[in-house]
Amino acid sequence: MDHHPPPFFKRGPSTLARFAFFAALSIVLMVGDIYQNYLSVLRQGVAVIVSPLQRLANAPSELAERVGGFFISQAFLQRENDRLQQQELQHAAQLQGYQATQTENAHLRKLLDARQQSAQTLLLADVLYAGRDPFSHKIIADKGTVHGIATGQPAVDDIGVIGQVTRAYPFSSEITLLTDKDQAIPVEILRNGMRAIAFGQGADGTLGLAFTPMNADVQTGDVVVTSGIEGIYPAGLPVAVVSKIERNAAVAFARIICTPSAGVGLHKQVLVIVGDRRKEFQTLAAPLLEPPAKPVIKGKVKRGGGIAR
Amino acid sequence: MALSLFIGLMLNLLPWSGIALLLRPDFVALILLFWSIREPRRMGLGVAWAMGLMIDVADGVLFGQNALAYSLAVYIALILHRRILLFSPWQQTFYALLLLLLLQFMTLLIRLATGAAFSGMSYFASSVTGALLWPLLTLLLQLPQKAEPKRDQI
Repeated sequence: MDHHPPPFFKRGPSTLARFAFFAALSIVLMVGDIYQNYLSVLRQGVAVIVSPLQRLANAPSELAERVGGFFISQAFLQRENDRLQQQELQHAAQLQGYQATQTENAHLRKLLDARQQSAQTLLLADVLYAGRDPFSHKIIADKGTVHGIATGQPAVDDIGVIGQVTRAYPFSSEITLLTDKDQAIPVEILRNGMRAIAFGQGADGTLGLAFTPMNADVQTGDVVVTSGIEGIYPAGLPVAVVSKIERNAAVAFARIICTPSAGVGLHKQVLVIVGDRRKEFQTLAAPLLEPPAKPVIKGKVKRGGGIAR
Repeated sequence: MALSLFIGLMLNLLPWSGIALLLRPDFVALILLFWSIREPRRMGLGVAWAMGLMIDVADGVLFGQNALAYSLAVYIALILHRRILLFSPWQQTFYALLLLLLLQFMTLLIRLATGAAFSGMSYFASSVTGALLWPLLTLLLQLPQKAEPKRDQI
């Protein structure tokens, strides 16, 4: 073997220079991500590479689950079947009442000459994993833009709202949960119809009703539902239950803490509402929804501080 | 090397949750640091940066946040690699802990700057578990390297 002298001068730029280059590039990316949405194309590109890897990483646990499901006991299945049948019966009874109400509602709406609310289409998505970022509450679902998911669509479970799609990639989507610090949802109190905005509180997994006056008629145990005012969440979906009220004279507003009613962050599957109402709303209010990557309601909060009153 | 990075990425993408997520070491960061200390010629900042971007997208966090943190940690590892290699395995573990803490601190700083709330000291737990994995990782990743010279001798 012949030996070449080691290439002394073939190192390229110094490590420091390269580090400075990459650091600057990262900072540019971060700033770009915060202030503009130019980078969504780049992000989607990387997402296309990463999402098959995600699926591959999830494969073993999925397989284990399937194998585990195969060996489930007969007794367990029987019990579950019984329970589900009973539930089905109850639901059927409720549904009959619902149908009657709906016809009546349609009739009344016609009388009032009001706009008809179109039915919602639901899309079942599997949760790939919970976001690993300890600072935010997000889940990644396995359906994306090719399945009809778009940014801003609400996500629900069998009880109520759990969050909103904040980023839609071609084959997966990111759902920000209600408990995330940046997430807001317009709500009303079912008992008296008082409107408010619920904000996620971050770490402790609760919601807070913001901008509610001191003397607001709120009681512990009140059920909080979506108001449907902004046209993104359908009206009347359960959101939370008021669990604690603090009225401190030093602050202008009452501090109202709610516990989410839906299993936020518990599920393997979520339903995304792929409705037509949203599109209708978007064409109406397109100029209001400038930053589509952010939770869409944010802009509304700033504009309509009076909503809570 | 590429294979180990790929496995690291896979381990990071596994569906961790709850307390396991809190204790989960950042495998990608560990493997990046390992290679930048052992093979500084073949391990570049570019690789670290690209891996960081992938993690950013997979986690759905601010674009470029992990990329910056990884580049910083790998940069320091590249500068110090001669010194670190002289130490005993346990001292190396300590160094790895420092580097991982630095990496997490960097991420924390970026998050705080963009308005997130600090979630408590348990956030740093994954650095400790990561550092504890260091000796094991050294053993594992050096296995193929040790096997080679023997084959030549035969």
